[in-house]
Amino acid sequence: MAHLNSENLERATRLIALYPKDRSALIPLCHLAQSQDGFLTEEAIQDIAELVGVTPAEVYGTATFYDMLHTEPVGKYVFAICTNIACLLNGAFELLEHAQHRLGVHVGQTTKDGMFTIEEAECLAACDTAPCVQVNHRFFGPLAAESFDALVGDLESGRLDDVVPSHGVLSRVERSVGLVADTENEVAR
Amino acid sequence: MITNAAPIVTRRMGYEDSHTLSRYLETGGYDGFKKALTMSREDVADQVNRASLLGRGGAGFPAGRKWSMLRSATTSYLVINGDESEPATFKDHLLVERDPHQIIEGALICAYAIGASQIFIFCRGEFALGLERLQQACNEAYEIGAIGRSIFGSSFSIDLVIHPGAGAYICGEETALLESLEGKRGFPRIKPPFFPAVQGLYGAPTVVNNIETMSNLPWIVLNGGDAFAALGEGSSTGTRLFALSGRVNRPGWYELEMSKTTFRDLIFDPTLGAGVKEGRALKAFIPGGVSAPWFGPGELDLGLDQDAVGKAGSMLGSGSVVVMDESTCVVRAAWRITRFFSRESCGQCTPCREGGGWLEQILRRIEEGEGRETDLDLLMDVCDNIAPGLTWPPQQTTICVLGPSIPSSIASSIRMFRDEYHAHIREGRCPMGSH
Repeated sequence: MAHLNSENLERATRLIALYPKDRSALIPLCHLAQSQDGFLTEEAIQDIAELVGVTPAEVYGTATFYDMLHTEPVGKYVFAICTNIACLLNGAFELLEHAQHRLGVHVGQTTKDGMFTIEEAECLAACDTAPCVQVNHRFFGPLAAESFDALVGDLESGRLDDVVPSHGVLSRVERSVGLVADTENEVAR
Repeated sequence: MITNAAPIVTRRMGYEDSHTLSRYLETGGYDGFKKALTMSREDVADQVNRASLLGRGGAGFPAGRKWSMLRSATTSYLVINGDESEPATFKDHLLVERDPHQIIEGALICAYAIGASQIFIFCRGEFALGLERLQQACNEAYEIGAIGRSIFGSSFSIDLVIHPGAGAYICGEETALLESLEGKRGFPRIKPPFFPAVQGLYGAPTVVNNIETMSNLPWIVLNGGDAFAALGEGSSTGTRLFALSGRVNRPGWYELEMSKTTFRDLIFDPTLGAGVKEGRALKAFIPGGVSAPWFGPGELDLGLDQDAVGKAGSMLGSGSVVVMDESTCVVRAAWRITRFFSRESCGQCTPCREGGGWLEQILRRIEEGEGRETDLDLLMDVCDNIAPGLTWPPQQTTICVLGPSIPSSIASSIRMFRDEYHAHIREGRCPMGSH
């Protein structure tokens, strides 16, 4: 009995079909599992392993290499606060300190109600809006203490539900077609 | 000098809806690809060679030469590197979110020229909105017959897949990116073979090109390689998208003609960076992403030119310029950059894995006022073990260039600001008051 629901199992099959080798779908499938559960459960890892033809250990070993893939539960909203160079120069550590104080948790921790997790991020490629923050990989910035608190309020009240889906949901646009070219463009060189 | 060269890759950015298919088609979208399909593959490649288009990812390798190295084979791949993660770099992010069709069109032109079997656009996972817009653009391109079977009535067929990354700086290194695309940890591959053109995705010949590089192709095909080469100077042709950040009044992206514009123009011109924040003095700047050695005020009049910056001992790299002002603590800045490399090291090679961690810890204790008199020598010694001789470009002791990039910030900041390092150690605190 698979852990991924039937809709996601169908999605998984379509994703795998896009690649010449099944294992290439491993990371897209990890994102898919996170969109269902918010993080990568052991059961989902088992499913992914079976789907792409590797061992669960290989899925786990691959997933843990990547910052976006979580093998432990995280909050509904994950704050990724960048403190790399451009943000550092514009008050990122002060913002990070404020965020921890405001939410009452340290970096890497989740609030008791399961709403918020704080992560310290490496450069998120939005340095013109430093200090920048992502919430579930949606961009906000530049932020200061006051605007951070307002953001927390907006998330708590659900005012940003259209902009920020719950953690794990990455692209809400699905591919509309499978592979259709079915040809090889060989060129004599 | 700021020239009046018209923008190429950012020419649609004035439109709110620049990412939509309708706006793209209204502004000449897919005309470059349609024209390419009427040309021979060799002629398309020839135009790119004439343009002397240098790769815009960071290494600055000529795109045309990369293509010509592709080994003849029945199956070959085109992989677009959109895993933009070099700190302070945010140009590909802009292109993905604001003009995804342009990337797809460029990739299609490239795939046609090299005869690829399939295209993968590897997009940084953190770009959630970008991934949605890229996927939307991909779906639309299939619908209008720009991707798929017998494209626009020609004999050319190809599929394109948008592939999300999952957060790892090292996957910007092209062989690590391929490993990741194969569903593995992003470990850079041992060289030789040096180029994926010889052995790439699934062992097949593969061209890996950056998103900005691809975004230039529609324009080059429509206007000719010579028109592109007429911009810029020497080997730095065309325009380039620069990302300006740090202690500057107008941080942002600026597409500028290469070579002719100087760092001083970029940072101080009222239409560009508009000077240092709060009227402070410029202390130092990073000319091309955090892998690049820092420059001081003395280098402000250098042109935004790959060769000129290289000769001066740094690199234009990813085109990201970071401004530090007189209030910036250079130890803290160097420490944060070093911590980044230390965290992002994949761990395969000892000099990078161990050296990066040591350097980070030494810098941290200096910044925290626990530094020792011997620490500067120790820093330089560890740097020298990672990149022997501390030459530019650095000597390689590791599989990829991540490790040898670590000394860049440390060695250049010690060279320029030795007194500030000493002050930290002597006073037992950060003299800039950043704590």
